[in-house]
Formats: sequence, C-alpha cells, structure tokens
Amino acid sequence: MFRELGQMLVLFGATLRALPGFLRRRRSIGEQIFEIGNASLLMACMLSFFIGGVLVLQAGSVLVERGLGSQLGGLVGISLCKELAPVMMAILIAGRVGSAMAAELGSMQVYQEVDALRTLNIEPIDYLVLPRIVAITIALPALVVFSNLVGWLGGAAVASFNSDIGIPTATFFSNLREVVDTWDIAHGLIKAFVFAMAVGTVCCHQGLQTRGGPRGVGRSVTKAVTNSIVLVLLLDYVLTRLLQPFDA
Amino acid sequence: MTPAPSPAPSVAPAHPGLRVAVRDLRKRYHTQEVLRGVDLEIAPAEIFVLMGPSGSGKSVFLRHLIGLESPDSGEVRIEGELLADDFRDRFRMAMVFQSGGLLNSLTVAQNVGLYLSEHRLRSPAEIDAVVAEKLALVQLPDGTANKYPTELSGGMRRRVAIARALTIDPQLILFDEPTAELDPLVALAIGREIVALNRRTHATTLVVTHDRDLAFGIAHRIGFLVEGRILAVGTPDVIRAHPLPLLQQFLAADFTPQ
Ligand SMILES: Nc1ncnc2c1ncn2[C@@H]1O[C@H](COP(=O)(O)OP(=O)(O)OP(=O)(O)O)[C@@H](O)[C@H]1O
Ligand SMILES: [Mg+2]
Repeated sequence: MFRELGQMLVLFGATLRALPGFLRRRRSIGEQIFEIGNASLLMACMLSFFIGGVLVLQAGSVLVERGLGSQLGGLVGISLCKELAPVMMAILIAGRVGSAMAAELGSMQVYQEVDALRTLNIEPIDYLVLPRIVAITIALPALVVFSNLVGWLGGAAVASFNSDIGIPTATFFSNLREVVDTWDIAHGLIKAFVFAMAVGTVCCHQGLQTRGGPRGVGRSVTKAVTNSIVLVLLLDYVLTRLLQPFDA
Repeated sequence: MTPAPSPAPSVAPAHPGLRVAVRDLRKRYHTQEVLRGVDLEIAPAEIFVLMGPSGSGKSVFLRHLIGLESPDSGEVRIEGELLADDFRDRFRMAMVFQSGGLLNSLTVAQNVGLYLSEHRLRSPAEIDAVVAEKLALVQLPDGTANKYPTELSGGMRRRVAIARALTIDPQLILFDEPTAELDPLVALAIGREIVALNRRTHATTLVVTHDRDLAFGIAHRIGFLVEGRILAVGTPDVIRAHPLPLLQQFLAADFTPQ
C-alpha cells in the first residue's frame, strides 16, 4: 500500500512536471471536460437537490421544534458548500468518471497501446494522464459550484413545501446569505480542487498499473473507485483541519 | 510463395541501420525464468528472423530491445551504447506489435500520423500526404483512413501498425509476428515490403515469426530461441541443415497424415 502511494506521488509529480505543456493538450482537455460534464451533470443535479432536501428534513424539524427555524438556511448553506457538495461530487466523479478513466487506461495498457505510445517516443504521462488530471481538476470545482446552487434550491423548496417545517423561501435565503460568505464557498472549492487531483491521480495510476487481460481491467476499476473514495474521505478530514484556522 | 532470399548487403549503406548487440540477457517474471542468457549480434542493415516455439520468450526479447522491459542482468547495446533514458531521441526505432498496438480512440489516419503530429515534424498537410503514402505502401484499400481500428480486420490492423512504424523512418525495426492471421497473399505482400523496406532504408530488421516460408524467404540469418536461449543461429542454409532435433521437427512439421 505504501509502495502504491509512492508510485502515485511519482505519477503526480511527473504530471506536474509535464504541466507547462498543457496548452498543447487543450483540445484533448476540452474533450475530457465535455465528457465529464456529460457523464455527471444530470446525476450531480439530482444528487444535490435531494441532499439539500434531506438536510432540511433532518435539521428542519429539530430546529423548528426549538424555535430556531429561521437559522435553517445558514445551516444548510454551510453544510452543503463546505462539506457535502465537495465530498459528494468527488465521490460521484470517482464513480462516474474515475472508473471510466481507469478502465480506458487499463485496457490501453492491456492491449499494448501504452507500450506502442512509448515506442513512438510519446510519454504516456503527457499524452494520457495530463489531460485527464487537468480536466478533472477543472471540472470538479465547477461541478461543486453548480451543486451548491442546486442543493440550496432543493433545501429551500423542501423548507417551504414541507408542512412541518414551513420556512418561506425568502427567510431561508436571507439567513443563508447572512451566514455563508465567500470564504465558505472558497473553502469547499479548495477541497474540491484537491479531491480532483487525488481522484485523477489514483484512477490514472490504477489504469496504468493494470496487468493481466480483461480481468485485470475489472480489478483496476474496482480498486480505482474504492481507493479514490477512501482517499477523498481521509483528505476531507485533513483539509478541514488545515483550513479551520482561516474560518474566521 | 515468398520472395527469394536476398544476399546480405555488401555495399556500405548511405544511411546505415543500427548495430544491435545483446549479451547474456536474463529476465524472470516471478519464479519463471523467461530469458536465460541470450547472446546475439545483429549487423547493421541485416534482416534477422527469430523463430522458436510459442512461449519461448521471443516477444519478451523484442520488448527488451526497444526498452519496454529492463533486463535482470546482461545488456542490450545499440551502436555500442547501453539503452539510456534518451535513446529514443537519438535512435529511430520502431516496433510492430503482435496485436498491432493501435490507439482505438484515433482513426487509422490519426494513428499513422501520430508520430509526426505529436513531435511536430511536419505540417498537417504534409502529414496527410505521408499518411496516404504509407497506407498505400501497405496496400490498404481506400476509405480505410477514416475508420477506427475496431472496424478493421486483424490483418488490416497489422498493416496499419506497419504503416505507422514506417513514419518513424526507423533505423531499427522490430516485427512481432507480422504475418500471423493474414491470408497468404497479404502475407506475401508484407514479406516483400519488409525486404523492400530493408533495401530502401537499410534499416536493421528483426522479425519474430512462426511462418517458415516468410523466415526462409526474407532472412539473411535466422535464430532459433528455445526456453529463453538461442540454440541455433545462421544463414537459412545453415539452419536448414542444423543438427538440432527440435529445430528439424519445427521445420518439418506439417499436417500430412503419417
Ligand atoms: N509481463 C509478464 N509477466 C509474467 N510473465 C510473462 C510476461 N510476459 C511474458 N511472460 C511469460 O514469458 C513467457 C514468454 O512469453 P513470450 O510472449 O515472449 O512468448 P513468445 O515466444 O512470444 O510466444 P508466442 O510465439 O506465442 O508469441 C511466457 O511463458 C509468458 O507467460
Ligand atoms: Mg510473442
């Protein structure tokens, strides 16, 4: 496991070193971003709406009972943008996009496409890994912004339509605006940025590590997704801890 | 059915192929010893054919020559130099993989033009011209250029892979089973193309094959690899008369009922 972590750091380092050439890859990066959006936008939308909704259901009744219903907007707003949106979107991306990356690179490895690239003097890291990691690193924070908005809307909708809670949308959003500031959103975006690099690196690494035919590809995909999710949750704790001092 | 044996090149070529020297090359995967001390020298511009039973380590050997594997011990020298990190910048080497190794996400034309476009060696218009030329050379039908590799037959994929390797203008070219699963006429065309390429460019050529007609048709020398060791090496005539029993069985095997 530590060896894998080491190899992943090496891969990430090599990608960073290849980064100056990313403009050459802009077409390929653009295609990747388009694919990521295509694969995840609708899911992200539904997921976020219902997470916002369920947060309101859970927290709303407790707060309303204690006469704190007016605080609901802030609570939901903060939880979503600092914690739930980045983590859930990272997990979604790991499942929808990271798995596909691992499968694609894995089958390229198995069918000697990666070796063929090397014999053409084309570095697989430049050609395959860099565009994917850059694309995911752009797409995930964008997805988180989107998820925040949809999640807040979902929360507001449930808050006003659920008869036990009954907080008007205007109250919900005015409290949200009062509590959530730019830094809170940035906090979530910083997390998303780091998660994206982690998911991209893990999945590309697993893909390129694939050995042993189509079964190997299956194994790589499973490992890529589970490792990504574990790493995201670990990093989430670490980042929350690191970013806390700035939460004035 | 295969081209007549061509004499080893006598005149010093203007654009010489690379000299390959392999000494005591050993490689094991887990507990399996795949290469057990391979010694081989291939002269510039030579066509060397490597034969041997399935699983004897031929593909693994080729992968060492082009730096896709590193040996456990022993050495591979190209022009007297050990394969260093930058050898691909200094020597033009190409390999045609057993399965083709084409990128499935690119069209045939993009695959063939990949080397030139990635390294920005030509303008897009020139690349189109080179691609068309190389595809014609391997006799692919019109309209193949815009197909994807998955839409081609195995033999067509192999020919695309050869066309792609030619764009490197290699000084050393390695073929892994170039005629496997091809019909006899296409196999013949590929065999002829290997010889013509060798005459035209003087590239050192190493061909791994089970196809005896191809081997005796094109080779300057033939080597016989068994269980990770080269047990026989020599001109086609020497190999035909070689006393090694396994080699004779290998050459004589046919389907005629006894
Ligand atoms: N990456 C690898 N990991 C483990 N074992 C390997 C690997 N590559 C090759 N081998 C083993 O090395 C042996 C030789 O393989 P190789 O592909 O070189 O055979 P070959 O001579 O090319 O056979 P064929 O004529 O069938 O292509 C085989 O037994 C194979 O199982
Ligand atoms: Mg082989």
